[in-house]
Amino acid sequence: MTEATKHVEGQQHPIGIYIKIWGWLFVLSACSYMVDYLHVQGYLRWTLILTFMVLKAGLIVAVFMHMLWERLALLYAIILPPVLVLVFVAIMYYESIYTFVTRQLFFSVLTGA
Amino acid sequence: MAETTLTHTEGTAATRPDGLEGFVSDWSSDQRTFKNVPWGKAMMWIFLLSDTFIFSCFLLSYMTVRMSTTVPWPNASEVFALSFGGEPIPLILIAIMTFILITSSGTMVLAVNYGYRKDRFKTAIFLLITALFGATFVGMQAFEWTKLIVEEGVRPWGNPMGAAQFGSSFFMITGFHGFHVSVGVLFLILIARKVWRGDFDIEKKGFFTSRKGRYEIVETLGLYWHFVDLVWVFIFAFFYLW
Repeated sequence: MTEATKHVEGQQHPIGIYIKIWGWLFVLSACSYMVDYLHVQGYLRWTLILTFMVLKAGLIVAVFMHMLWERLALLYAIILPPVLVLVFVAIMYYESIYTFVTRQLFFSVLTGA
Repeated sequence: MAETTLTHTEGTAATRPDGLEGFVSDWSSDQRTFKNVPWGKAMMWIFLLSDTFIFSCFLLSYMTVRMSTTVPWPNASEVFALSFGGEPIPLILIAIMTFILITSSGTMVLAVNYGYRKDRFKTAIFLLITALFGATFVGMQAFEWTKLIVEEGVRPWGNPMGAAQFGSSFFMITGFHGFHVSVGVLFLILIARKVWRGDFDIEKKGFFTSRKGRYEIVETLGLYWHFVDLVWVFIFAFFYLW
């Protein structure tokens, strides 16, 4: 047994859980496609798209990439830095609004409207 | 087979604290931080982290140009519609590509699983199936690009449907992703060949790294492959569904 355990170190899990998650990924993808197919618009569209996206990404990272079973030292080292990208998103969000308004102003002056 | 966690050098998992306490003790000085993880796997994670930032920057610049342009953005739902003789079905090609990539992720996970069981034959087969799905994905992307360039007249500097930034964002983001998939396919085939030949059963040294070949590499490659799928999840949501 000691010889056997030595060789199976690492991430080994029953196949059933992978199949289950696989199925869910299909369902979630179909759902996000249906959002577009059924022409859902406005805030509902964004809520649905982002929800399905986060769920899919979460399932892939947690189960397929085995993050669920890793020690917290690795999990935080990998998961936290990308979350900080959201700050960058916020900055660019306001920056692009500013650019948009500036352009509109510029073009209206240009056309004399 | 039950879940087993063993370390290579320092202490077994049982003797180390879990949770936040474990987090602090793992990061404390004078020791290897990432326990229970082979060196190559930890490095693959670090690489994927840096790749995350690259794709984040691409998607961010896409968001910025799309929000700041005063010209209407082309409707992705219509641009990527495809008709099979009848009414055009919106985004159908992209949906099929998404399903293909998810399927390939599933077969990859099976390859990793059989790799841990040291099932040489099944591991190699599933790696090759994954590579086949990956190649199909790239092929469909080539078709999509051709259609966009030749029929719709989309160029990186402009297109007939609306904002010029549509082309540059599209070609850069999907191009970079497609490149990742292509490299993945290449490595899937390389590793499948090694598995098939039995390199990992006799711990044959790699010709480039001179490190002993182990089945761990299948999981490390799996991480890369799932990451490619992960990036597609975001591209699909932000580029095609926005």
